[in-house]
Amino acid sequence: MSFPEIIRQPWPWYVAGPLIGLTVPALLLIGNKSFGISSSLRHICAACVPANISFFNYNWKKEAWNLFFVAGIALGGFLATTFLADPSSIRVAPDTVVALRTFGIQDFSGLMPADLFAAANLFTLKGLFFFVIGGLLVGFGTRWAGGCTSGHAIMGLSNLQWPSLVATISFMAGGFAMTHLLLPLIFKLVN
Amino acid sequence: MKYMLVGIAFGIVFVKAEIISWFRIQEMFRFDSFHMYGVIGSAVLVGMISIALIRQFNIKTLQGETVRITPKVFHKGQIYGGVLFGLGWAITGACPGPLFAQIGSGFLVVGVTLLSAIAGTWLYGFSRARLPH
Repeated sequence: MSFPEIIRQPWPWYVAGPLIGLTVPALLLIGNKSFGISSSLRHICAACVPANISFFNYNWKKEAWNLFFVAGIALGGFLATTFLADPSSIRVAPDTVVALRTFGIQDFSGLMPADLFAAANLFTLKGLFFFVIGGLLVGFGTRWAGGCTSGHAIMGLSNLQWPSLVATISFMAGGFAMTHLLLPLIFKLVN
Repeated sequence: MKYMLVGIAFGIVFVKAEIISWFRIQEMFRFDSFHMYGVIGSAVLVGMISIALIRQFNIKTLQGETVRITPKVFHKGQIYGGVLFGLGWAITGACPGPLFAQIGSGFLVVGVTLLSAIAGTWLYGFSRARLPH
């Protein structure tokens, strides 16, 4: 297999994981920055709608590096999809396919299920749950927890911070509760 | 900007490892695939070793400063907020980083999720004084 072909394949976890882990020392050594992404949402609030809330009254410009970082992530997503895309479709685990089919998910061809993440769903119950409520939970939850998977699970655990371990366990607990208890109900409601 | 370059590299890994995929997040929470556990686990391991090496050899930043990491302080929000984020993670199939990568990959409707996440962050700031920490 030639190099471009190898690059186009989906990368296995033992390649991707260590590369993501290297972001930690990269940001520390470039400019003493602790890896974390959800704070970018706070900086956007502080920059656009501070509304005299003390939580958003700080010098966000000093943290602007974080906004360049997330802009880079979006650009990286674009580059990878445009130039390095895998020609074959995603291979979802058979058990997950079976479970999701019972929820009415039929299309397993892209990275995201077209049955949910389509513009046509924007103003439907599906859109309300999967975009609006989901997004609110992500934004509210990460800020209350003081970080997300990058800040707590990766940066915090790398740095042996026990509060990050508590946060990571809570992330997983919430995820399991949604997947196994609430999602079946939500799908019943929206389908 | 250097940080943008790190972000670009990071976004490419996100897409190529398919961790921005809603399906991969579902597989993780259903224990049907080791992929996400492998990614997060090995990322933490590499991060841990890097920080240990930086401390051991007192490696300086590009500007010649000593590396400083602010320790995290425990508060109850890490539990309450953590669970709420977990609920959102499993619905949207995305944590904040992948949200940006999904939009870049052309899933423009995720822009609505991002706006909603920004609104959620604002709502937290607004109600912060009344929440347990």
